[in-house]
Amino acid sequence: MTTHIQSRPAVLYGAQVSNLNVRFGSAHVLKDVTLAVPAGTVVGLVGESGSGKSTLGKTLVGINKASSGEVLIGGEDVTRLHGKRRRQMRREVQYIPQDPYSSLSPRRTTGQTLAEALDPHGANPVQHREAIAAALERVKLDPSAAEKYPHQFSGGQRQRIAIARALMLEPKLVIADEITSALDVSVQADIIRLLQGMRGTVDSAMLFISHNLAVVQQVCDEVVVMFQGRIVEQGPIESVYRDPQHDYTRKLLASVPGSPGFSLD
Amino acid sequence: MTSSIAVEASRTPGVAAGGTGSRFIHHPWVGFSLRRLGGLVLSFVVLTVVTFLIVPLIPGDPAVIAAGDGASPAKIAGVRAELGLDLPMLTQFLNYVSGILRLDMGSSFVSGESVSTLIFTRFPFTAEIALLAIVLVLLISVPLGMTVAILTRGGRNKWLDHPFNFLTSLIYSVPQYVVGTLLVVVFAVTLRWLPAAGAASLNSLVLPTAALMLGPVCVISRIVRRETAVVLDKDYVRTARGWRLSALRTHARYVLPNLITTTLTLSGLILAAQLGGAVVIETVFAWPGLGQGIVNAILQRDYPVIRGIILVLGLLATLIIILVDLILAIIDPRNLGGTSSDV
Amino acid sequence: MSTGAGLLAALILIAIIAPLTMTQAAEQLTANAALGPSPEHWLGTDDFGRDLLSRALVATRLTLLMTAGAAAISVVAGVAIGLAIWLAGRRVREVALRVLETAVAYPSLIFALVIAAVLEPGVSSAVIAIGIAGIPGFARITANLASSVSSSEYVVTARLLGVSPVRIAARHMLPNMAEPLLILSATVFALSLVEISALSFIGLGVQSPQYDFGRLLNDSLGALYTQPVEAVGPSVMIALTGLSVMLIGDALAAQADPRAKRSFFRRSLQRDRTAGVPAGDTALVRAENLRISIPGGPQLVKNISLSIDPGEVVALVGESGSGKSLTAMAIAGLPSEDLAVEADMLRVGEMNMLASPDQSRLAKDISIVYQDPGTTFNPSLRMGSQLTEVLRTHLGMGGAKARQVIIDALANVNITQPAQRLRQHPHELSGGMRQRAMIAASIVTSPKLIVADEPTTALDVTVQTDVLRQFRRIHREQGTAMLFISHDLAVVEALCDTILVMKSGEIVERLTSAQLAARDVHHPYTKALLAAIPTLEPAPAPATAGAPTP
Repeated sequence: MTTHIQSRPAVLYGAQVSNLNVRFGSAHVLKDVTLAVPAGTVVGLVGESGSGKSTLGKTLVGINKASSGEVLIGGEDVTRLHGKRRRQMRREVQYIPQDPYSSLSPRRTTGQTLAEALDPHGANPVQHREAIAAALERVKLDPSAAEKYPHQFSGGQRQRIAIARALMLEPKLVIADEITSALDVSVQADIIRLLQGMRGTVDSAMLFISHNLAVVQQVCDEVVVMFQGRIVEQGPIESVYRDPQHDYTRKLLASVPGSPGFSLD
Repeated sequence: MTSSIAVEASRTPGVAAGGTGSRFIHHPWVGFSLRRLGGLVLSFVVLTVVTFLIVPLIPGDPAVIAAGDGASPAKIAGVRAELGLDLPMLTQFLNYVSGILRLDMGSSFVSGESVSTLIFTRFPFTAEIALLAIVLVLLISVPLGMTVAILTRGGRNKWLDHPFNFLTSLIYSVPQYVVGTLLVVVFAVTLRWLPAAGAASLNSLVLPTAALMLGPVCVISRIVRRETAVVLDKDYVRTARGWRLSALRTHARYVLPNLITTTLTLSGLILAAQLGGAVVIETVFAWPGLGQGIVNAILQRDYPVIRGIILVLGLLATLIIILVDLILAIIDPRNLGGTSSDV
Repeated sequence: MSTGAGLLAALILIAIIAPLTMTQAAEQLTANAALGPSPEHWLGTDDFGRDLLSRALVATRLTLLMTAGAAAISVVAGVAIGLAIWLAGRRVREVALRVLETAVAYPSLIFALVIAAVLEPGVSSAVIAIGIAGIPGFARITANLASSVSSSEYVVTARLLGVSPVRIAARHMLPNMAEPLLILSATVFALSLVEISALSFIGLGVQSPQYDFGRLLNDSLGALYTQPVEAVGPSVMIALTGLSVMLIGDALAAQADPRAKRSFFRRSLQRDRTAGVPAGDTALVRAENLRISIPGGPQLVKNISLSIDPGEVVALVGESGSGKSLTAMAIAGLPSEDLAVEADMLRVGEMNMLASPDQSRLAKDISIVYQDPGTTFNPSLRMGSQLTEVLRTHLGMGGAKARQVIIDALANVNITQPAQRLRQHPHELSGGMRQRAMIAASIVTSPKLIVADEPTTALDVTVQTDVLRQFRRIHREQGTAMLFISHDLAVVEALCDTILVMKSGEIVERLTSAQLAARDVHHPYTKALLAAIPTLEPAPAPATAGAPTP
């Protein structure tokens, strides 16, 4: 690539967002959002519904359009790309949706779904059998899962398949949008363990959107707190959780049932 | 016949094309009115173009037809000049449009009567049976559909399912003109209770209206039943049960209001489609409305009349849909957002 | 399905055979003109001495072929245009949808008349006219279906993977749209039949000497007074053909609709509305060997027993499928209608919940707070009208008084401008506000028991704390007993006196809040559940970027 990338330290990052603004009509949904998700790390994004955290995720994958600002993926500003290059870069950012029941096409086998991730044109599961088996192995599923349809899996297993699909391309950035919220707590714990076990084996950067601060603590390296469309606090998990600077962060932390500050009185 | 495809089209989850409207328009009624006005203008433009194109597309020379059988070439040329058919296409179109705006759509080739007058005489007859039919349809099918849905909810009274489905399917499968014909055979020819044709007395209204409404009663009561079943499963109905409200109160306050949007939207489309059904029904009963007018005009290749009636029926259909949207918006302001037919 | 399919098969058979064997009887001019029904001519003969039954049967072939042709045009072109609209850019799509909307509003029969007027009347022009007239409707349906399928997450994900729109349409959308499209195709067929026959009937379709059902009906119209039976053949044939297709469509739709598969079970209710409370039994709620099952199917709640003392807050904790909500709703007297509920005893106060207790008493004594505040209120009624329901219906309060009581209750749960909220519709309030309003309404009757089914699950964490505080405050101020359903042990630990852990329809462990706080739990499932619940770790995390181990 060109020299302008080398001139930026951003090349180290899976994703770097600078002064991103998103407006829907008269609503200013994201205000001057700046954050970095380094390659190989998991950054948690917390906030309440309407805080803009999902909008940020959808803007990074290109579902929403940025009104202004920069989104560097692997050093390239994807908001300025057009045509073929834009389509190529799209594959560098993958998205895992919340609901495991609607994220897999009901009429396609797991093998077909995963093959499509590797090769959007051919999508032939036989050709990619080994890669599919490896991808399933990575999320602790049996290779025979490739022959089955989504309705034959539990919610947790479907979420594993969705994770396998997102990681299959080894994208620069993965957006995990509340991927444990729809699951039972024990299944959620399985997924958390899976993500923890993948540490160090994945080069992709991950933006882990969640409303559950305890889950974020277990899965992420850093945390970003959003409130009313703005980032109000960000930093390493330990320091933010131990010494929150913003009122809203404190309120959030005190709202986690079982946390030291939690009280109903 | 009722356009059940239009019905289905409006039922399926909508495309959020309109959304909450343009960002420049803040007051909901402004956006609502502008969108509806836009819709009206759009259909007017489409209808004008389509009706204009009928004449150039139609096989044969309109001037020959207008001049009558065995007219001399000179007479045909005269007629052609008189009708402006020798002018360039664009000029003809502009003349056509300006004519419409002045409510002058030419005169019938056959009777020489002004098309506007013809439409004004025939329109009330069509409106009469179409409106009467839709009012009766709503009065019958909403209670019927709701009752069947409530009786069969949660798999109750399974014995009712089949007869209801079968009977409504059967009656709906019989086209309105067949119903009309059979009604004539029974009530006019055999029993001689009611007149078979014409619009001489109030009694003459009975058979055409009945023929027009039987099919829609079946479709709408099926739709109401299906919608009621959906609403009965909603959480807020469970809430009402939790408040131990009586069945009557639950159904009247928690079920019925939530059916109105869908039912009225569909009824609007069905009323619009009635205009099509009226065409055939009017032929069966020799009812002097727009339908009979257009059939005669087509058979006689009376282009000015064809154009005029198609245009009026199209505008009426659009107006009906807009009227339903307006009623829905007044009943429930949430409908101001998008077109109700998008919902 | 079988009735419709059988009927259609019979009609197709007629369409094949009748023209081969009956053409002569149907078309040969004979001297037996205008005969009534007789053993030789079941439906009589027409003015030219042709057998009317034969004519009706022979006409089946032409009618079916024309209808199939027209329906095929509508469906194929409709699907193609609908998908194309979806594949096109946003601008094109919006304009195209507006045009379709206008076209759909236009009565398709009149549209067909216009086309028929342009073309010379005849078989092919009738097919083309009806086929084209049906396109906008089907295109709109396809576009609507496509838009709902395309907003599903698997299509969004496929798009992010770089799958081209055409492939998305072929691989993901068409297979998932096939079923509804097939059902609607049946409707299109029925509609085409009616309209093609209508064209022939008014003289713009099939022309003599050819004949279809519509043409035959038209012929009969002239002889209606002299020979009314002439109308019977074509009428019956049109009705049967339409009916067969409609029944097939109905059956397909029923197969796709899970509602149709429900079976109703009439729960046998005990006659005695009051339950005998043994002396010394001070419990407010007592359930003994409660069993809930799908009639003829698996048991979902297996012999559980529990009691709630006045003023006690009991939690039922478990994961999805544990039967906790079923149990709670059975206790509240609102079990799902297709379930069988049995017990040795199930009472709330003196009310026998296995019978049908007095409704007003139930409404006053038991209040229920549901999970999703977004769907628990009727969207078409104002908040005030709904929140005052119980006060007006069961406590006989006047409207003004009931409103005042609710306004005070709303103020108590920290809802600002309560009087104004009552004039709003549910969608104008936030989720947290709706849930607080539900809680406010649940206490105005001073109930003995509040059943709360996952009341905070759908809320943001900060709002959850606020709502939990309201429950705590109510309990403290009014001493109301509560049955609190949750999947989160950490939530119930802070609120409840007694915690019952449920798994697969059974209570596996009973804990006091003190035991839970001390992690004094014994059953492996409870331990697993406790371990699974993510809690904040106050412990210092490792200084390196490495992962904190769980």
